[in-house]
Amino acid sequence: MHVPATPVSFESRPGDVVVARPEGLYCPAGDFYIDPWKPVDRAVITHAHSDHARVGHSHYLAHTDSEGTLRTRLGADIPLQTLPYGEAVEHHGVRVSLHPAGHVLGSAQVRLEHGGRVWVASGDYKTEPDGTCTPFEPVPCDTFITESTFGLPIYRWPTQAQLSAEINDWWRRNADEGRASVLLCYAFGKAQRILHGADASIGPIVVHGAVEPLNAVYRAAGVALPPTLRVSDPEVNPQMLKRALVLAPPSAQGTPWMRRFGANHSDAFASGWMQLRGTRRRRGVDRGFVMSDHADWPGLQKAIAGTGAERVFVTHGSVAVLVRWLTENGLEAQGFKTEYGDEDVADKAEAEAPPAASPV
Amino acid sequence: MKSFAALYRELDATTSSLAKQAALQRYLRAATPDDAAWAVYFLAGGKPRQLVPVKLLRLLAQAEAGLPEWLFDESYEAVGDLAETIALLLPPPTAQHDLGLASWVEQHLLPLRKTPPEQLADTLRAQWRQLAPDERLVYFKLITGAFRVGVSKLQVTQALAAVGAIDAKRVAQRLMGYTHIGGQPTPQDYAGLIAPENDGEQNQKTSGQPYPFFLAHPFNEPVARFDALLGAPADWVVEWKWDGIRAQLVKRAGQVWLWSRGEELVTDRFPELATMGEALPDGTVLDGEIVVWRDAKVQPFAELQRRIGRKTLGPKLLREIPVVLLAYDLLEWQGNDLRALPQEERRTLMDALVTEVQHPQLIASPMLTGQSWDDLSRQREAARTMGVEGMMLKQRRAAYGVGRTKDVGTWWKWKIDPLSIDAVLIYAQRGHGRRASLYSDYTFAVWDGPPEQPDRKLVPFAKAYSGLTDAEMGRVDAVIRKTTIESFGPVRSVKPTLVFELGFEGIAKSTRHKSGIAVRFPRMLRWREDKTVEEADTLGTLGALLPG
Repeated sequence: MHVPATPVSFESRPGDVVVARPEGLYCPAGDFYIDPWKPVDRAVITHAHSDHARVGHSHYLAHTDSEGTLRTRLGADIPLQTLPYGEAVEHHGVRVSLHPAGHVLGSAQVRLEHGGRVWVASGDYKTEPDGTCTPFEPVPCDTFITESTFGLPIYRWPTQAQLSAEINDWWRRNADEGRASVLLCYAFGKAQRILHGADASIGPIVVHGAVEPLNAVYRAAGVALPPTLRVSDPEVNPQMLKRALVLAPPSAQGTPWMRRFGANHSDAFASGWMQLRGTRRRRGVDRGFVMSDHADWPGLQKAIAGTGAERVFVTHGSVAVLVRWLTENGLEAQGFKTEYGDEDVADKAEAEAPPAASPV
Repeated sequence: MKSFAALYRELDATTSSLAKQAALQRYLRAATPDDAAWAVYFLAGGKPRQLVPVKLLRLLAQAEAGLPEWLFDESYEAVGDLAETIALLLPPPTAQHDLGLASWVEQHLLPLRKTPPEQLADTLRAQWRQLAPDERLVYFKLITGAFRVGVSKLQVTQALAAVGAIDAKRVAQRLMGYTHIGGQPTPQDYAGLIAPENDGEQNQKTSGQPYPFFLAHPFNEPVARFDALLGAPADWVVEWKWDGIRAQLVKRAGQVWLWSRGEELVTDRFPELATMGEALPDGTVLDGEIVVWRDAKVQPFAELQRRIGRKTLGPKLLREIPVVLLAYDLLEWQGNDLRALPQEERRTLMDALVTEVQHPQLIASPMLTGQSWDDLSRQREAARTMGVEGMMLKQRRAAYGVGRTKDVGTWWKWKIDPLSIDAVLIYAQRGHGRRASLYSDYTFAVWDGPPEQPDRKLVPFAKAYSGLTDAEMGRVDAVIRKTTIESFGPVRSVKPTLVFELGFEGIAKSTRHKSGIAVRFPRMLRWREDKTVEEADTLGTLGALLPG
């Protein structure tokens, strides 16, 4: 990377509503953290991806729709308080409310109001509606904390409709040629988006054991998903698999679990990183679908402008680039150092279920 | 243009050579001859002279994308390819077209060279505004001359052979000169590539056809058994085993062809050997090894690699990395096929020829003599310092066989033991095929300093996949899963706990490797379960193995 024109500032000022601490982003006035990566007393969780929602906190606050995933992943008995979008709670004089982030089911931006100032910590977000979670809403604020996973102008996503059409075309062509279509994608969020846009008239849809529990959570939240099968279901047979769309986490690539789909199956990977030819080739699959649950470059610009914020903190991703760009466009921009992952790292825990030991 | 862009995408999307071959053939069968002519030109490595100064292209693209220079540069660094960067940054198309590849090249691309600079901006903008994103990628790759899509000339040759139902070697000869810079292939040129073979072409005296290569077998017996197994050394022609590119130089009807062992025509890769070939009489075919030769000594294979793969060979490169043909066999002489003659007779004729031609790029691979196999074995110990792989043993009475046969005589390769070093496994990746579920592909590192250096680090220097038994691999796989630090897609970084003795054939300095060193044919000789990570070797010990 080039050295930015001026070094990125990570300095906080007295009175800042959110500051960076070794445990995570911290609200001094309210004495709580947002998506902390080390165990703390009170944590507000933006969404249930494993790099944002970790075990060991003494109290959790999250959106109502995150409850199912959080309890499945972190333990059924975690001390969890939930809130619907837009409803506020007061804590040590800080007014806290959650607002849709459009990232995955239950994902939220955290709005903090204290001493007449409004800060919004957006966690991970995506601006285009995808039909599987409440769409992103701009929340007016003085200071906006934004991610920058895809903070370069080379990242521009196809529309959800284009993406679904591409995936369906690929699936249809494979089905016509009598080969299974194995699409590797993260089990929480992307898998359900793919299902939501899948044309179930093409053939049966089979999902890996890591995906189905999350489908159940989405269906329970009222998201329309086509019927899905697991390979252990009695009606699944080698003949029908030749027409099937198969959704599996990336870790399933090259495991014995894949053998049932035949040596001639076509494989694909769904990720924002598939935008680049180099990453597509390194991934070593037949097709790369450009699908991300993070904002692309235009999405980041739109979201930041939509808040009306004059001060912006940039977290995980292309921090230096986005800070410089925003600064050149007249905003006061600086960085926060966080330990959030990007798409390829998020969900590792579930994606890394030992393949040999999970025959489902 | 649309179907060529689709072909590009298809070739780019797969790593399977079968799928690439199928896509190439499908395209060639469906394309019009004028489009196919250009497609073959580009796929086989041809490129037009620079159409637009790269700097101007960058500036225009940057302006069109509405970005400051630094952000364009950041984007370029992330993508790593200028054509792709521009294709990703431009605003969506605002117009359409339905021209084929040939029309685009002839009507739009080639005329850019003659377009006055002040008009170029408008012309380029008008062009790219009608192209869809994947067409733009191809369009900019043609303009920047960086058209690479993981298809070798050999694969294009094979596709043409299949489409024309003719011999691939024939196609390879017809392709000679087809891709020269500034070439303008016509539909007739394309038709000529895939036309049925004619009598003139089949005439041995005028065709550039090589002979099938005769290949050697490994010989790993202890020296004590040589007499029993091979008889006396006097029955054998003994030569050094060179680490270069096996090649046949064909001179017939005033023309020179240089073929690699993969039956790829490499004449244009080695212009100095083509020049040397012109000094040979018609009806001559030599078999030998292409090596880099400097100070009367063979140079490491890594130097040869710097020349392979280069599309253009500038005078500087030719001067810095000079090659010679180390000839060791004469397969055709005065138009006669000599392959049935005994080895020693062919050799005598060849030596006479080399002496007579007196060309600096043609050297007879010296014959080695020894009183006994013990004596030769002692001489063989010099192989490492000479930069050769060992010795070749060729039966004096052997005819020149076809491929890896032993029916008319035998060639043995008697290689020296590999260099070896104890290295630490730091990354692992799952294998393919039979090893699909196993972490079987490993990256190895050595320390960058001695044990007493407190902050020393492990520096990766080689990848290896082979050498372990299935049982060992299963156990290593289990350790990798237990000691994983991080996963990046299919790759895991592991806590350094595993030490292996790695063997390799050669070692050379390299600016492309982080360790500064490149090793040739690395593989695992054994799992050193008796050694701790701290006992593994260092860059220092590795460097001490560098020749000279």
